[in-house]
Amino acid sequence: MCFKAKRLFGLALGPVLMLLSAVALAAGGEVSQVNMTPGVTEVGKEIYNLHMLILWICVVIGVGVFGVMFYSIYAHRKSKGHEPATFHESTKVEIAWTVIPFFILIGMAFPATSTLLKIYDNDDAEMDVLVTGYQWKWKYEYLNEQGENVSFFSNLRTSQSEIYNVEDKGEHYLLEVDEPLVLPADTKVRFLVTANDVIHSWWVPELAVKKDAVPGFINEAWTRTAQEGVFRGQCAELCGKDHGFMPIVVNVVSEDEYAQWLDTKQAEAAQIKELMAQTFSMDELMERGKAVYERNCLACHGGGGEGGVGTAIAGSAIATGALPGHLEIGVNGVPGTAMQAFGGQLNDVDMAAVITYQRNAFGNNMGDMVQPIDVFNFKKG
Amino acid sequence: MIRISENANVDTVIKLVTVAIGMFAFVFVVMVPLYDVLCDALGINGKTSGEAYSSVQAGVDDSREITIQFVATNNEGMPWDFGPSVTVMKVNPGAVNDTVFHARNPLPEAMVAQAIPSVSPARAAEYFHKTECFCFNQQPLDGESSAEMPLQFIVDMDLPRDIRTITLSYTIFDVTEMAGGVAVR
Amino acid sequence: MGDHHHGPAKGITRWLFTTNHKDIGTMYLWFSFAMFILGGAFAMIIRAELFQPGMQLVEPAFFNQMTTLHGLVMVFGAIMPSFVGLANWMIPLMIGAPDMALPRMNNWSFWILPPTFLMLASTLFMEGGAPAFGWTFYAPLSTTYAPPSVTLFIFSVHVLGLSSIMGSINIIATVMNMRAPGMTYMKMPLFVWTWLITAFLLVAVMPVLAGAVTMMLMDIHFGTSFFSAAGGGDPVLFQHIFWFFGHPEVYIIILPAFGVVSQIIPAFSRKPLFGYDSMVYATAAIAFLSFIVWAHHMYTVGMPVAGELFFMYATMLIAVPTGVKVFNWISTMWRGSLTFETPMLFSIGFLILFTIGGFTGLMLSIAPADFQYHDSYFVVAHFHYVMVAGAVFSMTAAIYYWLPKWCGRMYNEAMGKTHFWISFVGFNLAFFPQHFVGLAGMPRRIPDYALQFADFNMMSSIGAFIYGASQILFLYNVIATIVSGKPTSDEKVWDGAEGLEWTVATPAPYHTFETPPRIDPAHAHS
Repeated sequence: MCFKAKRLFGLALGPVLMLLSAVALAAGGEVSQVNMTPGVTEVGKEIYNLHMLILWICVVIGVGVFGVMFYSIYAHRKSKGHEPATFHESTKVEIAWTVIPFFILIGMAFPATSTLLKIYDNDDAEMDVLVTGYQWKWKYEYLNEQGENVSFFSNLRTSQSEIYNVEDKGEHYLLEVDEPLVLPADTKVRFLVTANDVIHSWWVPELAVKKDAVPGFINEAWTRTAQEGVFRGQCAELCGKDHGFMPIVVNVVSEDEYAQWLDTKQAEAAQIKELMAQTFSMDELMERGKAVYERNCLACHGGGGEGGVGTAIAGSAIATGALPGHLEIGVNGVPGTAMQAFGGQLNDVDMAAVITYQRNAFGNNMGDMVQPIDVFNFKKG
Repeated sequence: MIRISENANVDTVIKLVTVAIGMFAFVFVVMVPLYDVLCDALGINGKTSGEAYSSVQAGVDDSREITIQFVATNNEGMPWDFGPSVTVMKVNPGAVNDTVFHARNPLPEAMVAQAIPSVSPARAAEYFHKTECFCFNQQPLDGESSAEMPLQFIVDMDLPRDIRTITLSYTIFDVTEMAGGVAVR
Repeated sequence: MGDHHHGPAKGITRWLFTTNHKDIGTMYLWFSFAMFILGGAFAMIIRAELFQPGMQLVEPAFFNQMTTLHGLVMVFGAIMPSFVGLANWMIPLMIGAPDMALPRMNNWSFWILPPTFLMLASTLFMEGGAPAFGWTFYAPLSTTYAPPSVTLFIFSVHVLGLSSIMGSINIIATVMNMRAPGMTYMKMPLFVWTWLITAFLLVAVMPVLAGAVTMMLMDIHFGTSFFSAAGGGDPVLFQHIFWFFGHPEVYIIILPAFGVVSQIIPAFSRKPLFGYDSMVYATAAIAFLSFIVWAHHMYTVGMPVAGELFFMYATMLIAVPTGVKVFNWISTMWRGSLTFETPMLFSIGFLILFTIGGFTGLMLSIAPADFQYHDSYFVVAHFHYVMVAGAVFSMTAAIYYWLPKWCGRMYNEAMGKTHFWISFVGFNLAFFPQHFVGLAGMPRRIPDYALQFADFNMMSSIGAFIYGASQILFLYNVIATIVSGKPTSDEKVWDGAEGLEWTVATPAPYHTFETPPRIDPAHAHS
C-alpha cells in the first residue's frame, strides 16, 4: 500500500523526488526494491556504503548545479524583462571548476580502491566450489580433498505453465531451482567460475559476487557469509535464448547442517550407483522420465515434443528409430549444435528414464524400455 | 563560385584513408599479438605459456608447501571422460612434479582433443612452469580407447608468499574437425 | 560552372544522383527518422513483453532478436546518420562553404545505407532468425553459437563502417579545406568543432570494428580461432577489441549533441556561449580519454587488479571535462535573457537528463560498485539517459531550431511544446524506474522477470509507450510545417541566434555561399 502511494507520488512529482524518496526508504532499512542490497557479506556492505557515498555526492552536486540552473530559468527570463549580460569567459572560474571536481574524484578514488582490493583478497579459502555455466543451467562441483567431488546441476524449477500464464506464479517465480547451491555460514568460499559453451555471468547480489564465466578459462571470486539464509541471483551475461531462465539459489546453512547435507549428497551418489543395478517397470521409467524431460529437454524440444530450438521428438526418426541411435544422441549429443552431450549431466538412471519417456510419449508409442544397465553398457561401448 | 584547393582535398583524403587502413591493420598486427603478450605477462585468464619450460630452478624451497588443485571441464559436445588422476597435490617450489590425467573416448570413431590450461589465481600463472604437458599438442584418441596423459611441472621459487593454493584447470575441446576431420591413428 | 546555378533536378533522379549537401542532409535526416521509428517499434515490442511478468507476446528467442536489432538500428541507423545529416546541412552553412568537399562521395556514403538496413531487417525472416546476441555481439555467442544470419550481419556492419568513414573523411576535408577566408579554427561554431573531433574518432575506430567482425567472419567460415579457446584464441579478446571501438563510439554519438546544445542555449539566452575555448579543449580531452577507458565495460571479466584500477581512474577522469561542459552551459544561461521555445526546452531537457546520465556514469566507473551494477537494468537506465536524453533530445532540438531555416516555414510552437512535455514525462517514466529495478537485481536482456520487479516494469512500459507516441506528434508537426506551416522569410528566424547560417536567405536556397562570406575579424566565434 505504501508502495502504491509512493508510485503515485513518483508519477506526480517527477523522478528527482522519486530518487530522494527511494534513498530515504533505503536508509530507513526496509528490504529495498529500489536500491542496491547491502547483502550479507562484509564486502557487500562496503560496496553498498561506497555506492551510497557516491550517490550522495552526486545528489549534492546535482542539487547545486540544477539549483543554479533553475534559479536562472526563474530569474533571468526575458518575459521578466531581464537584460542579457555579455560576459563569456572567466579564467578563474573555469580553472576552479576543473580543479575542484578533480579533487572530489581523488576523494572518491581512495575508498573505491580499498574496496576493490578487498574484493580481490585471495587469502586462503576454506572450501572451493567450481561453478560451470551451461546453456541454460549451472553446475556446481564441490572440490573435495578427500573422496569424490560432489557435483550436480541446478535447473530452473518454475514450470512452463507459470511462465506462460496458465497457472498462478509462485512467490519465487523464476528465482527457484531444483537443487540450490548449499554453503556453510562463516566460511570463506572460493568460487572457480567457468563455462561449458558461451559466456555466462554468475551473479548473486546479496553475496556481492558477479563473475563472468568464460569458456576455456577460469575466474575466481570469494565470499564469506555471516548470515544463514536463502539468496537468489541470476545469470547476468546474455547467453542465448533462455538467458532469463537460469537462476541461482544459494542456501547458506550452519556448518553442522552443511556437513549433514554433504553426507546426504554423497550417500545419494552411492544410492544412484545401487539404482543403476536395478530393473524398473515401464511406469516407473515414464514417471521419472517425464520429470527429467521437463527439467532438461523441454526448453528446446517443447512440452509436447513438438520441437523449437531443437528438432521435434514427436514422431522423429530418432525417437521412433533404433535404440542405439537414440542413446547415441542422448549420451553424446550432436557436435556443433545446441544438442549437448547429456551423458555427463544425467546419471544412468535418469538417462534411461528420459529415453524411455521420449520413445513412449507424444504419440511415439514404441513400447520399448531402456534400463540403467543398458545406458551403462552403451557408455562402455 | 570558387574552387577551394582541390589538391588539398585529395591530400586530406589520402591521409585519412591511410589512417583508416592503418587502424584496420592495427587490430590484426598490434592488438591481437599485444593481447597475447599481455596475457602471458599478466596472466590474464590464467593463461600459461604454450611451450615447455626449459630453465632449471636454483634448488628446492622446502620451507613452504603449495597446494595444487586440478580441475577438468569438458567443453560442450565433448563426450570424453576426462579428469585428473589425483585432484590435489602438495608440492615444494622448485621441485619437479609429475602427474597424469586420464582420458577415454567413448565414441566408436577416432577423435582429436585440445586441452586448454587456465591457472587461478591468475597472478600465479607466470610462476607455474610446465616442462611437459599434453596441452602442448592436440591429442588424438582412437574410438573406444583410453589414454594416460602426462603432465610435469615446476612451481617457481619466486612465487609470491601470499599464494598458497594454485588451481590448474583444463578445459577439453573437441577439435576433430579443425584437425582435418581425420584423427591421427 | 554554370551547372551550379540552376535548381534541383526533377523527380527521383534529383535524390538518386544529387551531390548537393542540403539534399543529402535531408535524405540522411528522413532515413534516420525512419530507422528511429523502426528501432522504436522494436523497443515497443520489448516493453510490451515486459509489461508484466510471464511470457505473453513473443518467444524468448525472438525477444533477443528484438533487443539486438533495437540496439543496432538505433545506434547505427538512427542516431549516427541523423547527426551526419545535420552535419551535411549545417557545416557548409556554418563555415561559409558552397558545399561539402567531396560531393560525389557524399552521395555514395548515403545511398549504401538503405539497402544495408533492408538487408539487416530482412534477417528477421531468415531461417534461424535475426542476430540474437545483443548489439555488443560477444563471442562465442556471436560466432560458434550464432544463427546463419550472422554472415549478413557482418556484411552489414562492414558497409555501415564504410559509410561512416566516407562521411567522416568528407566532414574533415570540408572543415579543413573549405572554410571561408577569415573563418579560423577558433572562430568555428562549436557544432563544427565537435563534429570535426567526432569525425576523427570515427576514422580511427570504425576500422577497429571492421577488424572485429572480420575476425568473426574468419572464425565462422575459415577455421581461424581468434575468439575460440580451442584453437588458442580467447573470447575475452573480442570484448577488448569491441570496446576499443565501442567506447569512442559512445562519444561519437554524444559529441555532436554537445555541439548542437552549444549552438541553441546561447541563442535563447541571448548571450554568447560561456567558455568557448574550454569547450573545445574539453571536447578534445573527452575524445582522447575515450581511447584509454574501454575496459570499464569489462570489470567482471576477470582482469588483474592493476588493470581494474587503471581503467577506473581513467574513467573517473572523464567527469572533469564533462563537468566543464555542463558548467559552461549553465553559465551561458546565467544572467541571460531567457525564452523557452521548443528548441530551448529540448536543450534544457538534454542538460538535466544528460547530467543525471553523467552521474550514473560516474557511479558505474567505480569498479567495486560496478560488480553490482554491471549488466543490470541500472546500466540500461544509464545509457538511455545518455543516448536518448542526450543524443535524441538534442537532435530533436536541432530539428526544431533549424527547420524554419530549411523550409522557410515556422513549426507550430504549441504543438512543439506539447511534444517536449510528453517526451520528457514519458522518457523519465520509462527509464527512471529502471535504475531501481537494476539496483534491486534485475539483469538486462531478459524476456521475463521475478515478481518483485513487476510494478516498476509496468511503469517503465507505460512511459515507453508515451515516449513512443509523442514521436508521432513530432512527425506530424514536421510534416505540417513543411506542407502548410506559417511562411517566414526572416533571415534570422531566432532573434538571439548567431552564425553564418542565419545570414543566408530563408528558406535556404539550393546553393549558398557560392562567393565566400566576409567574416568580421573583430567578431569572435558565434
